[in-house]
Amino acid sequence: MTQLRTLYQKIWDAHVVSARDDGTCLIFIDRHLVHEVTSPQAFEGLRAAGRTVRRPDLTLAVPDHNLPTTARRDASGNRIPITDPESAQQLAALEANAPAFGIRYIGDADAEQGIVHVVGPEQGFSLPGTTIVCGDSHTACHGGLGALAFGIGTSEVEHVLATQTLQLKQSKSMEVRVEGEVGPGVTAKDIVLHITGLLGAAGGTGYVIEYTGSAIRALSIEGRLTVSNMAIEHGARAGLCAPDEKTFAYLKGRPMAPKGADWDAAVAYWQTLKTDPGAAYDKVVVIDAADIAPSVTWGTSPEDVVPITGSVPDPASFADPSKQEAAAKSLAYMGLKPGTPMHEVEVQNIFIGSCTNSRIEDLRAAAAILKGRHKADNVKWAIVVPGSGLVKAQAEAEGLDRIFINAGLEWREPGCSACLGMNPDKVPAGERCASTSNRNFVGRQGPGARTHLVSPAMAAAAAVTGRLTDVRELIG
Amino acid sequence: MNPVNTISGKAYPFGLKNVDTDIIIPAHWLKTISRTGLGNGAFEALRKEPDNLFDSAEYAGSPILIAGDNFGCGSSREHAAWALDDMGIQAVIAPSFSDIFSGNAFKNGLLTVVLPQEAVDRLMEVAKTDPIHIDLENQVVTTPFQDRFTFEIDPFRKHCLLNGLDEIGLTMASSDAISAYETRLNTEKPWLAPQMI
Repeated sequence: MTQLRTLYQKIWDAHVVSARDDGTCLIFIDRHLVHEVTSPQAFEGLRAAGRTVRRPDLTLAVPDHNLPTTARRDASGNRIPITDPESAQQLAALEANAPAFGIRYIGDADAEQGIVHVVGPEQGFSLPGTTIVCGDSHTACHGGLGALAFGIGTSEVEHVLATQTLQLKQSKSMEVRVEGEVGPGVTAKDIVLHITGLLGAAGGTGYVIEYTGSAIRALSIEGRLTVSNMAIEHGARAGLCAPDEKTFAYLKGRPMAPKGADWDAAVAYWQTLKTDPGAAYDKVVVIDAADIAPSVTWGTSPEDVVPITGSVPDPASFADPSKQEAAAKSLAYMGLKPGTPMHEVEVQNIFIGSCTNSRIEDLRAAAAILKGRHKADNVKWAIVVPGSGLVKAQAEAEGLDRIFINAGLEWREPGCSACLGMNPDKVPAGERCASTSNRNFVGRQGPGARTHLVSPAMAAAAAVTGRLTDVRELIG
Repeated sequence: MNPVNTISGKAYPFGLKNVDTDIIIPAHWLKTISRTGLGNGAFEALRKEPDNLFDSAEYAGSPILIAGDNFGCGSSREHAAWALDDMGIQAVIAPSFSDIFSGNAFKNGLLTVVLPQEAVDRLMEVAKTDPIHIDLENQVVTTPFQDRFTFEIDPFRKHCLLNGLDEIGLTMASSDAISAYETRLNTEKPWLAPQMI
């Protein structure tokens, strides 16, 4: 009898180049995404050692973190200089390094440019069953297609560039099974925030998580990308959703995806990519989808999640003394008092974007709430940043840009933007932001900025009322 | 990479849990294209507080940092390891580390020592007055008070750290195995080559 294997085990086994006695394996990397922030020192390392890129054909470079989301070309089509000299230098380094090492480059002038984790799936560069790495922890995102995708540091970027492999030990496997139907107003983002609250920021450390169950299967591919994107926020190395007919339909015809007979052969292989019935995970967590509400964070760790109907917790309510201390620090930073109902918390800023929530379905969900409405007066800054140039064009074709602009929001160029504020998009110190991004860390959206993580529909609802709001009050 | 064996000296009794890489080095410091100089941005927000640990005369320049659970969580930025290295930290002791951070630390010769919470609590006490000694060869942390805490470390990582080995050079020695894998892949999954755009 052949051994029963999890999806993770199957992908791992297919990528072992060689194995050492201590369990460390040399793992082949099928796809490598490169952006401007974590690559300059890797290219510098290659040059210093006189090394080349082993497989430029498996590598794709896209700038995203530093690019301003305001216009990039003037009326005559000339590039508008980037004012921050350090951002400009980092972008220029990638623009020079990519061709110097023979790597395909999608630049700021290209319609396909966007956040690497939006571009990869959109171009069909990311495929089920592949190993995908990038010098960015949200690489876990591509697991929504059934790829083993994870973030790496710059030394590993250099290692992959030079060898197309990584030396890795296998992680443990965890199944997070979400069964049942979610209620109205509950999105993929709420599912993953709920999971993060339940497991804790370190709950998945040492694991690769497979998200299973009827609530995950019911999600669109974009929803699965959102869930998998935040695997790292509960500590997991990677997140996986088994590929299915929806995955194949999503990928078919994408520019870099297999075509013709190759497509049929690929699908035949992808159909084998599921956990064998009876295969054992190292850990299993079961969640009832009916328990998940539209969710929001109150603190400075993504594990600090409550339903929008809840209140700011009392630090004393936590059993763990170190969590009590962390919660007290979080509340001081966030300027919140225990017991305050979340829906009373006023916000001055709205950010709809990031690799978690900047795809077309996210923008449609936000626009559905904002249509015919206007942002509240106390909301000073509200931006919508599409995940790629193609998402932007699609949204404009559907008239979503008009809905946002008529509602008083700004419609921007694609990039990482205010998720981490490496470009000029920052939340002012002491102000709050209802943000569709993935991290509410201290200073993440700018020094002193206070972040509340929410879904796109919830961010839109907050824009309308000027406070954190239960989106269900604005629908149907 | 410089070989690592024993590390002795004062330790920052930091102890905080879930220290994310945005705390270690905020994003605006990531715009550099070199690996050095990031020590100036390490723990920037914390160092704005008066009487902070990192700038105190007592601890400044300590080669060891003692932290809480899940140290280095969040972003994959290797700048976090570079920043700690640049401020003179050679080892971090904590009950657990994020997977990405511990990999980044290892690749820069920064030792991550995992010890149980009780041992970490004890070292936090000792660090307030006395130095701590880490012996990688014998996988043990000791204090002047006869404390002796043994720790586990991946044997391959230990070997590389002790000998200052470059991982890329080691992998390139397996170039034939990689070529054989690529040849097999081209036969079994020819569709995997990305279409040109």
